[in-house]
Amino acid sequence: MTDHEPLLRTVSLTRHFRLGGYFSRQILHAVDDVSLTIGEREIVALVGESGSGKSTMARLLAMVYKPTSGDIVFEGRSLRALRSRRDQLAYRGKVPMVFQDPYSSINPAFRISHGIQRGIKLHRPEMSSRERQLEAERVLEAVGLVPARSMLSKYPFEMSGGQRQRVGFAQALAYRPKLVLADEPVSMLDVSIRIGVLNLMNELREREGVSFLYITHDIASARYIADRVLVMYAGHLVEEGPTEDVLQRPKHPYTQLLLSAVPDPKAPLSVGSSTDVGEPPKVVNPKEGCRFQPRCPYAIAECASVTPALRPLGPVHLAACHVARPDGAEAPAGALAGRDGAPNGNVPA
Amino acid sequence: MVDAILQVRELSVAYQTDEGEVVAVDRVDLELARGEFLAIVGESGCGKSTLLFAIAQLLSPPAGLKGGSVVFKGRDMVRLSDSELRALRWSEVSVVMQSAMNALNPVKSVAAQMMDVCRAHTSMSKAEIRSRSEEVLRLVSIDPVHLDSYPHQLSGGMRQRAMIAMAMLFTPDLVIMDEPTSALDVVAQRSLMMQIKELQRRFGFAALFVTHDMSLVSHFSDRLMVMYAGQLVELGETRELFERPLHPYSRGLLEAFPSIRGAKEHLLGIPGAPPDLARPPAGCRFAPRCPSVMTPCTTTAPELLEVNGSLVRCLMYEDAGLSETVRSS
Repeated sequence: MTDHEPLLRTVSLTRHFRLGGYFSRQILHAVDDVSLTIGEREIVALVGESGSGKSTMARLLAMVYKPTSGDIVFEGRSLRALRSRRDQLAYRGKVPMVFQDPYSSINPAFRISHGIQRGIKLHRPEMSSRERQLEAERVLEAVGLVPARSMLSKYPFEMSGGQRQRVGFAQALAYRPKLVLADEPVSMLDVSIRIGVLNLMNELREREGVSFLYITHDIASARYIADRVLVMYAGHLVEEGPTEDVLQRPKHPYTQLLLSAVPDPKAPLSVGSSTDVGEPPKVVNPKEGCRFQPRCPYAIAECASVTPALRPLGPVHLAACHVARPDGAEAPAGALAGRDGAPNGNVPA
Repeated sequence: MVDAILQVRELSVAYQTDEGEVVAVDRVDLELARGEFLAIVGESGCGKSTLLFAIAQLLSPPAGLKGGSVVFKGRDMVRLSDSELRALRWSEVSVVMQSAMNALNPVKSVAAQMMDVCRAHTSMSKAEIRSRSEEVLRLVSIDPVHLDSYPHQLSGGMRQRAMIAMAMLFTPDLVIMDEPTSALDVVAQRSLMMQIKELQRRFGFAALFVTHDMSLVSHFSDRLMVMYAGQLVELGETRELFERPLHPYSRGLLEAFPSIRGAKEHLLGIPGAPPDLARPPAGCRFAPRCPSVMTPCTTTAPELLEVNGSLVRCLMYEDAGLSETVRSS
């Protein structure tokens, strides 16, 4: 993936928002200098807390927002070159989005067939109405909504949340996408059906050859389906690497904090020492320096003045931290290795 | 239970709808000891929030109590008048709602809202109320300067903490919490849970905690109650339930969570969706989704059985010989 052109890559992608009026000098840095790649048939998880900029990333990639600076390159072509409406439409068909809330992202006044057929009409105008009907049935079957024909004539209110979310994926599939941007697709669903939707994403990758950008705050689900994990904090990409590398050997102190906070019934009955009550900052007119530094237990003087850049700490494992050490050199004092294991005795019974 | 602070008996709640009566909570029994932490888990629509509202006597139409009793410190809350309930609320029973943004008044400062509560229940002076308010905010690690903040000026985590601080004003004996952490990020969620547990240890209140996320309470609750389609399906010690779940639904819920540790396994979740409570299945309500369904399950409604100290509603344990029927339905 490093040798040849990936499916999609971003180059120092940045998006700022002006807060308040037109002459306001309050600039919110939602996404700052993010360079990422997504390969063919790859599921990449973008993990972060609310306000970390992960949804802004999705909207930039979906061409909902224009970047403040930086670029997005899809199939070797910069999105800046997509000037005509037709080119832009083609891109949106290849990179559709699936939304978080299946209750508000489907028009309740129309049958399921309406949304799917409309998308096909728009993105694949060469199809006859008979072909459209067959294609709509095919995508519904692909997402496990059977019998497809009777599903097509249902209204959204007749479906459960999990079924609706599958409709969202079916709509996206009908465009023949290359990359689906899935923004928290399971967070509104009940736990017993979440896994079904995650498995569906995996199946669609296998059968339809689609890549996914899976945006989530739930690291455990990211581990379940993603090949690679990207961690965002306050608009910066702070760590990236193959899923197991990032989860088993997290380099960035923020990733470690995030992992230590995940409730895990299989872990031993140790509640740990996580007393962090900090929250991700709103990045308004930021100064130079690491944005996690105020919360970081390992911060050194350099962290307050120099913004750390992503640097390789393993073969394909990168982190943006001055303190983190490469694989095999777990200095200083093993501090970064065993954070979540550190017991301090105040374990609630 | 000898020292039960709360005894819920045969509690049923029904919603009046166009399609007729929908029983959202079906004859639930539970007991809570002084200082105990009981978590109630289930999917949306299983009746867990309705049960909490019924216990707190906060139901409003179209929901209504269909039967049963809620005995709190020897008094049946179902029979209390509005003014008697008002005296009990905040001072002895506090409720922390799911969405703090909706539960806090957006046009009043935190201090003013605490003042309201104190005025309604005590004859404390302004200065006393102020100092008590500062005290409870410190309890939840909020700087007292935020007393004069409005809810929108606080972050989600701080709002939720402020709600819990308000619930602590009179050190109640029972705190009822409806998914207080569900709108928070994992880190904030974790620290809020730690805070709740710490407060509970200090003040010894009993807690009823509703959540859809079983793993969240795995290290915090003493006992765990699993609800499905309006019924209690399993109730037992938390660790016991996590290690040896009895009901197929509990097992399914536990296996629906990917873990961040250990080997990567392919998970299946629970196929299907919960039943429509307007037309519940004839036999066991979980039968249509159950991986270990047997022929009688579709016709015979299982009763609550006692198995190794836990309660479970499943026909599998009927003939095991080690069970006894707790209640005939």
